[in-house]
Amino acid sequence: MEKKAVRVAYGEALCKIAATNEKIVVLDADLASATMTGTFKKEYPHRFYDCGIAEANMVDMAAGMSTMGLIPFCSTFAVFAGRNYDQIRNGVCYPKFNVKFGFSHAGITLGEDGGSHQAVEDIALMRVLPGMTVFVPSDANECYQCVEAAAKINGPVYIRTARLPSPVYDPQPFEVGKGIVLRDGRDAVLFTCGIMKEHALETAEILAGEGIDLAVVSFHTIKPFDDLLAREYAAKCRKVFTLEEHSVIGGLGDTVASAIIGHGVESFHKIGINDVFGQSGKPADLLKEYGLTGPQIAENIKSHL
Amino acid sequence: MELQTLKEQARQVRRDVIQMTAGAGSGHPGGSLSCTEALVALYFDVMNVDPRDEKNPDRDRFVLSKGHAAPALYGTLCERGFFPREELKSFRQLHSILQGHPDVKKCPGVDASTGSLGQGISIATGMALGAKHLGKKTRVYTIIGDGESQEGLVWEASMAAAHYKLDNLTVILDHNGLQIDGSNDEVMSLGDIKAKALAFGYDVIEVADGNDMQQVLDALHAPVCPGKPRYILLNTVKGKGVSFMENQVGWHGKAPSAEQAEQALKELEG
Repeated sequence: MEKKAVRVAYGEALCKIAATNEKIVVLDADLASATMTGTFKKEYPHRFYDCGIAEANMVDMAAGMSTMGLIPFCSTFAVFAGRNYDQIRNGVCYPKFNVKFGFSHAGITLGEDGGSHQAVEDIALMRVLPGMTVFVPSDANECYQCVEAAAKINGPVYIRTARLPSPVYDPQPFEVGKGIVLRDGRDAVLFTCGIMKEHALETAEILAGEGIDLAVVSFHTIKPFDDLLAREYAAKCRKVFTLEEHSVIGGLGDTVASAIIGHGVESFHKIGINDVFGQSGKPADLLKEYGLTGPQIAENIKSHL
Repeated sequence: MELQTLKEQARQVRRDVIQMTAGAGSGHPGGSLSCTEALVALYFDVMNVDPRDEKNPDRDRFVLSKGHAAPALYGTLCERGFFPREELKSFRQLHSILQGHPDVKKCPGVDASTGSLGQGISIATGMALGAKHLGKKTRVYTIIGDGESQEGLVWEASMAAAHYKLDNLTVILDHNGLQIDGSNDEVMSLGDIKAKALAFGYDVIEVADGNDMQQVLDALHAPVCPGKPRYILLNTVKGKGVSFMENQVGWHGKAPSAEQAEQALKELEG
């Protein structure tokens, strides 16, 4: 299967929407070659503003630009969602300004740069902000859809992208706030987001070989969340698991928990980063270290059935 | 506008500040009274704004970066006709358009929500950059505090303003020398703030008395220096116009009692 990093799709998608929307401008903080806004910079040099290594100022400048009628997309590493959090909260979300955040290199699959750079808390930080839409695209095609949707939303949007090349699946019909059933099942359900989709599907394959019918549901939108779909599958499968490349605190797992509590769930387990920071290593080694490969997830799920 | 009329407006705004903070029992009179001339000059003589067409996309913009001086901004906006006097009584009350710090969603005439120090100047820089991007003639003004200038973001924004040659941006420093915990020099010395502004690439104008309306007007009307953002250093007095508040650090974030308000209003009579 073709592989492509979600961040690469982000850069390409910006060019695509900019072609038909004059209001789109892009800001970066000296990471254009990493967040892939460099693709945009090359095609639209006069609509690209480098802010230097000053992430806080980038966000508030974008806030100011949005008040002039522009639609700024800000990009940097997801780990800096903490660094410029006050600007995102007070500068953009509090006044409901029309600013988009395309933050890349999220999660442990960032790899060798290590724990200082691996954001495992950004979903939690973003979803708690009133009015913020939170996207976690699961592959390159879904990233295109998230960027297109973000430009149409009048308000702040966070798009979490990954550095690691991951499989590109056939595009699915996209609707903001709607989850996607990747695989139906009746014994248990695995809810996932982002590039963990690949590992969730592998898990389902492994379990199928052992006679366990696992449903897999992916959510590109963490906020507003598809409570109804989560409830439907929780009620149907009764044994619920969540999988994310993020802390088990405050991310997809807790979003699902809030949605399904009191809806006939028999058991509920969150699989993700267990309240620790990451570390350096090859992405594949890191996934194994934190128990996020298909075989490990399958074992984990079986131990609870 | 006539100098005498502007001075009269400033006196009225000062009265509004006292009545608002006394009425609410909280708020920031000291830093409101120090930047009153600058606000009145901007809204009554300098900026292209119209309360009857407050969302005009080509209007000039103002950001009160030192958002705690909200009473002075509200007084000025009210006197300029952005909302009725009746509203001033609701300052800091439930459901009021006059929040403790300016809220762009609630208060007519406010261009940015501020209060988290350092952010306003950065937002204003973005507005100026956006105006340039769109080829608009819009000018952007922001008032920052001296204590606020301890925020790193002020200097990040300043670097960007010079880098993008934002000669449509005017940063006004309300330099009253005092902040919550004491004087600037006791808390965190600003050093040579004028030299710092110059070094960051601003075209700097220093105003000896930032509470003298004519001096403030002269600085705000000085011709633009092409390719450079403007920095106006106003030497001001915290609590200006109320004898017992002037240069008193304790009046940063404290409301006057009913008796104190009465005395202050007497001093501010025409």
